This record gives sequence, structure tokens and C-alpha cells, in this order.
Amino acid sequence: MSMTSAQKSGFGATLWDWLTTVDHKKIGILYLAGGGFFFLLGGLEAVIIRIQLISPENNFISAGLYNEMITMHGTTMIFLAAMPILLGLMNFIMPLQIGARDVAFPFLNSLGFWLFLFGGLLLNLSWFTGAPDAGWTNYAPLSIQSPGHGIDFYVMGLQLSGAGTLMGGINFIVTIVLMRAPGMTYMRMPLFTWTTFVASILILFAFPALTVGLFLMMFDRMFGSAFFDAALGGNAVIWQHLFWIFGHPEVYILILPVFGVFSEVFPTFAKKRLFGYTAMVFATFLIAFLGFMVWAHHMFTVGLGPVANSIFAVATMAIAVPTGIKIFNWLFTLWGGSIKINSAMLWSLAFIPSFTIGGMTGVMLASAVADYQYHDTYFVIGHFHYVIVGGTVFGILAGLHYWWPKMFGRYLNEVLGQISFWTFFIGFHLTFFIQHFLGLMGMPRRYWVFLENQGLDTGNLISSIGAFFMSFGVIVFLINIIYTTIKGKKAPGDAWGSGRTLEWTISSPPVHYNFKQLPLVRGLDPLWIEKMEGNEKMTPAEPVDEIHMPNGSILPFIMTIGFTIASYGFIYQTGNKYWLIAVFAGMAIALICMLIRSLKDDHGHHISKEELERVGD
Amino acid sequence: MKGWMGKTKLFFVFTLLAFFLAGCGMENLTALDPKGYGAEKSMDLIILSTLIMVGVFIVVMLIYVIVLIRFRRKKDQEDHVPKQVEGNHKLEVIWTVIPIILVLIIAVPTVLATFDLADDSKAEELINVNVKGNQYWWHFEYPGEEIQTSQDLYIPTGERVYLHMLSSDVIHSFWVPSISGKMDVNAENVNTMYIEAHEEGVYWGKCAELCGPSHSLMDFKVIAVSPEEYDQWVNDMQNVDPDAEPENAVAQEGQELFEAKNCMGCHATDSAATGIEAGKINAPVGPNLTNFGSRSNVAGVLEHDKEHLVDWLLDPESIKPGNKMTGQYDELSQEEAESIAEYLLQLQPSEITPESAGN
Repeated sequence: MSMTSAQKSGFGATLWDWLTTVDHKKIGILYLAGGGFFFLLGGLEAVIIRIQLISPENNFISAGLYNEMITMHGTTMIFLAAMPILLGLMNFIMPLQIGARDVAFPFLNSLGFWLFLFGGLLLNLSWFTGAPDAGWTNYAPLSIQSPGHGIDFYVMGLQLSGAGTLMGGINFIVTIVLMRAPGMTYMRMPLFTWTTFVASILILFAFPALTVGLFLMMFDRMFGSAFFDAALGGNAVIWQHLFWIFGHPEVYILILPVFGVFSEVFPTFAKKRLFGYTAMVFATFLIAFLGFMVWAHHMFTVGLGPVANSIFAVATMAIAVPTGIKIFNWLFTLWGGSIKINSAMLWSLAFIPSFTIGGMTGVMLASAVADYQYHDTYFVIGHFHYVIVGGTVFGILAGLHYWWPKMFGRYLNEVLGQISFWTFFIGFHLTFFIQHFLGLMGMPRRYWVFLENQGLDTGNLISSIGAFFMSFGVIVFLINIIYTTIKGKKAPGDAWGSGRTLEWTISSPPVHYNFKQLPLVRGLDPLWIEKMEGNEKMTPAEPVDEIHMPNGSILPFIMTIGFTIASYGFIYQTGNKYWLIAVFAGMAIALICMLIRSLKDDHGHHISKEELERVGD
Repeated sequence: MKGWMGKTKLFFVFTLLAFFLAGCGMENLTALDPKGYGAEKSMDLIILSTLIMVGVFIVVMLIYVIVLIRFRRKKDQEDHVPKQVEGNHKLEVIWTVIPIILVLIIAVPTVLATFDLADDSKAEELINVNVKGNQYWWHFEYPGEEIQTSQDLYIPTGERVYLHMLSSDVIHSFWVPSISGKMDVNAENVNTMYIEAHEEGVYWGKCAELCGPSHSLMDFKVIAVSPEEYDQWVNDMQNVDPDAEPENAVAQEGQELFEAKNCMGCHATDSAATGIEAGKINAPVGPNLTNFGSRSNVAGVLEHDKEHLVDWLLDPESIKPGNKMTGQYDELSQEEAESIAEYLLQLQPSEITPESAGN
């Protein structure tokens, strides 16, 4: 179905194809596009923040708008940019790496994407009437007392997109467990697949805590409950616990997948297998496990007492050990290799020192008494940007440069790639390194203005200049995308010539059923094994036969629209009960879609043997 | 490509820059120049962990640089296939065990310091202050001395002062970087911490938890004076006559306006208000103005002079957006505001002022 409609030209048919697609590759691209759009929005917000802080007592934006800006910057970057872009890479690449033709639940995959997108759009609609302003952490009671509907948009928007993410996580877990190609045992899976698997497990266990927190917040704000209201016997610290029980694993949801990316990029461009593969896998699990044990290190100053603070301090420091193992394993993957440096490799190489600094300040922050000084200052801002930009964003960009030829069949331009790398890299360190010192010099985070004559002027100026460098880098990257789409050099299947994993065994971009014949996997790095034995291609594990593929469906899209209308109704029914109509209408639309989905049999379609043989490879 | 060269140079510049800036930072605000017990404890751990971490960083960078110099692909090596190494048990044990040891070296003093700073066993014998955080100002009650003040917290040097902190609205966080790390001020439970200043001085305090639009303007001061000066200050504050007539006529007019315009509805000018007791943290609706004439700043952030006070009285919203004073009183004319300012600025019941703290 999707193939036939894709062959029709014309805008309407193309649009319909993208709205109804359940192809993991197209959904991956949609995630990348949606996440990319929100990344630009979040970046714009960041630049506005840095302009406001370029000089002391600046009045570029008002205090209220500033708080909206920081809240939306954080929320957008974490929930709507970094995570969806990673989900996009996982969606596109992971099934190819394990030799699957799609994910386990293609329909759910599409629903997950649309929920994320509309959750994000709903959240950003709040700009028209007043955005949330209690910080991305949305601490009660400030969030409970915040006037207007900003926080309501936060609650409903994140609830929607969070549901989408949870679906994505479950989907990936099932896909990896059930759909690996013949011979692809667990310990032969590429590291990116491993980290996708572990990050999905984290999503599965972490997001419910956020969901619960958001529901309590929703009931407090919309239906008069008092879970977080101390005056009525509630407790606002509970929100902090729920938020960070989710929030800390979230950090690892963001970083583990890019650990996977680097573990693919380094071996490819060093022509050497990953050093200490087993240790890397176990370190990933250990980080994920410990990630659930450390949430209260975000709460050292809350007054939990010395016992809790000590336990969480030591547990947090323990994470440094598996992370250190990873850093050294990457270094020794490169050691003795034949290293070729291009854009993908530059981003990966830049990650090592940058992320090491972020990890170091992480250990420093874990020391509870030292944290009494760092906490809620620019030191923390510096730290987590080193981790999230120096780790996640560098990783995303490495992954995009690395897999772009696979995804779109064309290489990103190398010259533009290096220009954007160097400006972004220099800008990044300019912006954030100095912030560690600003924090210790007495600048708390979330400060609309800093006062004159407090020794904070130079540091803030440098930081703002860095932000402009970073913006320039991003703009050049955008130009690169446009240039590549129009004039980029075409890429063969094994685009880098030294690919090791299954995604490089098929054409760039892959056909919609990925593998004409499922490959037989004979070890870790299956393509590399075949190459070393002089084989041009993978040994197929099955004869050419009919391929069963899922049908596209518009239902996920319509269902999401229903949920979005209902969310909008929930937000506004507090003021005017007629908005309940929207709640019921929206829910009805969603439920009807579910009913149709349940009752109408859809057996998918088959690609015939003749057609496969006609296409050739 | 000289990628690594550029990078090392860059790091060199950053390090220089860092040291340059580390020396800066305003005295009595920066945490890098500790002048109190808690800040010193934190600084010790900051230095210890930084040294260890810089050591780790140097090792990582050493391997990194060697890798990038030695193992770059040369022109004639396009087809060279390096040896595929699976791993090395000895190395992996080394880089697991050494970090564990390093982490322990940081963990032990961290735990000791955490318990040290949470020790409140001697609180009853020492000075206790009830702290109330409000959008966007701070209130301080001394239950033992039965006095209260706002915005400027007076403490004696060389003594532990226990703070029992509660918020009247949203979460705030009490932070005086040069004296001590911070602790949150919650609405549902009292948090206790102690501070101890080693030398006299006016120390900047900041709110460190987002509390609304004027979060960044919720500054306060800790004024550390000698124990003798502190005793005198307490004595003076205990013996304030709130009904004393100001000497000059403008100020007298200001006093009348202060009553007529209903300022007294929220602001007391009597330090020894009733109801102060240990374990019960009160806060008036607005800051206590008993020693307003000796405040270090107007509204926590403006210079302490008549001009700024008049600005504040005429339009507090333009100075602290979202404050709770705006709109609570009849509009003032310029003259009225000046009279009230005159009255408030002569409220100086004690000779112990921020100047007594030496700066």
C-alpha cells in the first residue's frame, strides 16, 4: 500500500503517505524532523536567554517572560528535541542492525510518533496565552500557584508526548527480543542496539513515575485535589521525588544511546573491533541500574538528612566507575587502529574530552557537602550542558553524519560539516566552561538578572558570545542538510567502506522491506566477518520468498488529534465548563479509532517473489 | 588536519582563563573565598575532588593525544587492516579498580562532612534564629532574644548560629556562598542548618530556588559583627520605642503618613513583637522595619538612599516584578513618598549597622 502510493507523485499522495506510514524508516525520519524543529525552537530560546544575560541588570525581556523562556528551553530540549531525535535514530537504524524488516508493533510506532509531535505542539501553543514558568522541573508549590494556563499546557503536553515515548520504548524492547535475524545472539548485537535496548528498559521503568507525577499535578491544578499543597496536608517534596525518580534515569535515556553511536563510529573509522565488547555491554547495564538509585542527589539541599544524603552521594559516585570503563574502552578501540577523521569522527572525538569534563564535574557534584555550594547555581548548568551537549548533542551529530548516507543515500558535505563542527565546538566550551566558575562566584541558576559590580559581568559576556558561535554552527549544519539534499554525493550500501554491521549490507537508502533475504549472522560485526573472508555479501538465511509487510494506517494520526482536542479541553474546562465538550468529543474520537483498530482485521500486504526478483538486490 | 593541536591550545586557553577568573569573584559573595565554617568544609571537598578529577583528565587526555598522533591513517595505509583486539583483562581490571579507589578517597570525607554539617545536638545552648522565606524577602526572628528583623541577619563572629527555616509560600533556598552552602526553605517542614562566620563582614545572601519572577532579586545579607557588638545590637533592638517621635518635621509627617496610608497593616516598626517563640516560625505580612535606617540595601538590591527608597515606594512593581506590596496601599505622591522615606531612613535604633561589620 505505502509503496504504491509513494510511487504516485503529487503533493497529496506524498502527504497521505507520510501521515499513514508505519515504516520504521519513515517514522524515524519523522522523529528526526520533528525533533530537529523543536531543537531549533529550543535553541532560539537559549539564545534569547543568553542575550538577556549578556550584561548586568539587562532588560531585554521581562522577568515573567524570562521564566517562561528557561522553562520552555529545558522542557523542549529534553522532551521534544534530544529524546525524539534519539528515538528517530533508534527507529531507523536498530531494526537494520538486527536484520529485521520493521519493528514489532508498526502501528504503535506511528501512534508514538504522532503523540510526541502533538504533545510538543500543544506545549508550544502555550506561547500564545502564557507559557509554563516554573522551570522544566516544575517544582510544586510554585507550579501549583502559577496563574494562567501555562503549567496546564506543560502537564498535558508532556503527558501526551510521554505516552508516545513509553510506546516507543516498549516497541523497541519487543523488537530486539523477538526480531533478531538468524544467528544474531544477544552478545552479537551491535552496541547501538544494546544501548537502544537498555535505554528502552529505562523508558519503561522511568516514565510511569513522571506519568503519575503529572496526573497528581493535573488533579491539583484542575480538580481541586491537594497532593502538593502543604496547607491542606499535602507535600510538595513528593513532586521532587517523583520528578527525579523519572528525571535521573531520563539523563541516561539521553546518554546511553549516544554511547552506542560512538561505539559504532569508532570501530568503523579505526577499522578495529570495539575493545572490551562484553565490558561495554555490562557497563551499560550497570549505569542503567545505578541510574535508578541516585535520584535524590538532585535533592541534597532539600533537607533529607545526613543519612540519605550520604547514601545517595556514594551511590552517585559509583556511576563514575562504569562510565570510566567506557571511556577507556573507546580510547583503546582507537589505540592501534587506523584512524580516519571526518565529520562523524570529529564529533565523536570531541565527545571524549567534553564528556569527561562533564563526568568529572558529576563526581564533584556527588560530594553532598560540596554540592551545597554547587546546587542550583551555574555550576550545575555548566555540568549538565557538558553532559547533554558534549554527550548527547555531539553524539546525535556524530550519528547523523555517520548514518546520513544510509538514511538518505547521500553524504553530508565534509567542508560544511567541519565548519559547523569547529564553530559549535568552540562555542560550546566558551559558553559552558566559564559557567562552572560563575556558579561558584555566586550566580544561582534561573536568574533573570545578575547585579552590577558582583564580578559576574565578564563570565556572562563570554558565555553569551559562545552561544552565538554555537548558533552559527547549527545554521551551517542546516545549510549542509539543504546542500546535501540537492547536490550531495550519492552513497553506496557500505557507505564508509569499512562498515561492520548489518545496516551497511543493504542499499542506501534501504528498500522499504529492508532485507530481500534475512542475513545469516555468524558473529559480532557480521559484515566485517564476511569481508575478512573475502565474501562480497552476507550469506542469506532464507530463500527468496514472499515478504509480509504491515499496511499503513491513518488511525494513529486521527487518534492523536482526538487526544489533543481532549487535552485542550482539560486545560480550559477549569474556567468554562463548556470546554468539557472538547474533552468528551476528543476522547470519543480517540476511542472510536481504538474500536476500529480492534474490530477491523488488517492482515498487511505481501510483496511477491516475482516483484522481489524483478527489483534485483 | 591539525584537529588535536587546535583542541589542546583551546584547553590551554580555557585553563588560563579559568585561573584568572577563579581569583576574581566579589569578596563576601564568592564561594571560592570561604569565610565561614560550612563554606570551608565545602571548599575542602571541592579542592580534593577537583584535584583527583584533573588527575583523571590528564591521564585520559594523555592516551587521547597519543592515540591521535600515532594511529592516524596515513596516505599509503588505505588498505591496512589493524589487528582486531577483543579486549584485555588486565587493563580492564586496572581501570575498574583505580576509579573505585579514587571514588572512595572522595566518598569518605564527603560522608564525614555531611554528618558534621547536619549536627544540631548543641542547638539549644547556642543562638537560634527562625528564618522565614517569603516572595521576595527574608524574615529573621531570634526566639531566645525575643527580637525580630528582616533582610539583614545579624550574627556574632566565631559562634554557630542555628537557623530554623520555613517558607510562607513557595520553596526558597538560603545561600550565603562565602559563609555556607545552601539549604532549601520548604513550606511543609522546618529545615535546620548552622552558619558560622570567621570574620566580620557584610555577606551577600541569595535565594537559590526558583520562586517566581523576582527570584533573582531576593537578595539578603548576613552581617557578622564581633560578639560584643552583637550583644549591643540585641540590647538596642530589645529596647526600641516604636512610638518615638522623629526629630525633624518632614519625618514626623512621614510617620503620620505611614499610619494614614496603612503601611502599618503589613510593616511593624517594633522589633519586640509578641508571639516569638522557639519552634514556631512566624512571619508578618511585610518586612519588619524597626532598623530600616540601617539596612544595607533598599528592597535587598537597591542602593540604600532616599532616592532609591522613593522610587521603590512609588512603583515597587518596576523594581521587583510580582512582589506582594504593589497595589496594597493608596497611591503616593512624590512628596508623600519623600516624607515616608525620610521617616523610614531615620529608624536607626542601634549604632550597630553594616558599617560596624567593617565594610
